[in-house]
Amino acid sequence: MGGNSPCASCKLLRRRCAKDCIFAPYFPSDDPHKFAIVHKVFGASNVSKMLQELPVDQRADAVSSLVYEANARMRDPVYGCVGAISYLQNQVSQLQMQLAVAQAEILCIQMQQVGAPAAAIQTPVQMDIMADDKSFYQLPNNLPQYLNFASSSNVIIHDSLKRESLFGHHDMVSS
Amino acid sequence: MTSTRCAACKYLRRRCASDCIFSPHFPSNNPQKFASVHRIYGASNIGKMLQQLPVHLRAKAADSLYYEAQRRIQDPVYGCVGIISRLHQEINTAKSELAKAQAEIAFFNAHAQAQGQPQFNLEAAAPSFNTFLPEQGSSAGHSSFGPSTWFY
Repeated sequence: MGGNSPCASCKLLRRRCAKDCIFAPYFPSDDPHKFAIVHKVFGASNVSKMLQELPVDQRADAVSSLVYEANARMRDPVYGCVGAISYLQNQVSQLQMQLAVAQAEILCIQMQQVGAPAAAIQTPVQMDIMADDKSFYQLPNNLPQYLNFASSSNVIIHDSLKRESLFGHHDMVSS
Repeated sequence: MTSTRCAACKYLRRRCASDCIFSPHFPSNNPQKFASVHRIYGASNIGKMLQQLPVHLRAKAADSLYYEAQRRIQDPVYGCVGIISRLHQEINTAKSELAKAQAEIAFFNAHAQAQGQPQFNLEAAAPSFNTFLPEQGSSAGHSSFGPSTWFY
């Protein structure tokens, strides 16, 4: 900061805010809480190192995500962001299950429309477990089961041919 | 008698006291765990965070800190927030797909009713699917970490 006012970081650290202060663009003096919380969880030195290792155009996003994680850790000192990830992963699993049921229902309706149950399956259904890179979500094994979402994956029913909509033969405009 | 220092004390090159706060959670056979958390949080902050927690919760906290540190090392810009963002996208996509599928089913049922035909009953057609049906009113949409709170 070129002006007289030190940034929030230098205020908290009680030091002179240099013109090229790495914190100044991201921790303005009018929001002292933002730096305080990041400093409490990560430490000013670590934040500085992390920012220095990033291109300038990515630092703002990095600061935002660090602030988010720091807030999450303050709210939940045991699980931090991991608690949020677990919660959201459960939501994804529930929704995908509901979706699988709905898609199965549609297939049954299609079969019913065709007339014969088994022989009418023209589009074989494959339940594919779309395995994301599971290491992306893996947690240590000794975490409680509900946090071990390494086994949950995207379950999507694929038709080998593009699924025909139930609307396919109905002209929705003129019906 | 050789004393085994925990991974933290080995890393910090200090004596490992019998009441070392790190030693239950950073065993010497996993040096990477402490190295990761130290790189992101610093030993002092880790020690403070663990000290503020009841003893029975420290292991979970240490593991979650390790997980977050690993994610931050892998993705220095977004860390865990990248995962949260991706999960939100998955939720939105799944909700959208579900709404479309439910609309199709509703259309069929309305059409069947208009034609005087029986509506489709999944439970009758495929009873085994009933076990997957969620309870009515289960909330799948509300998250305290919704997009509005991503970046404060």
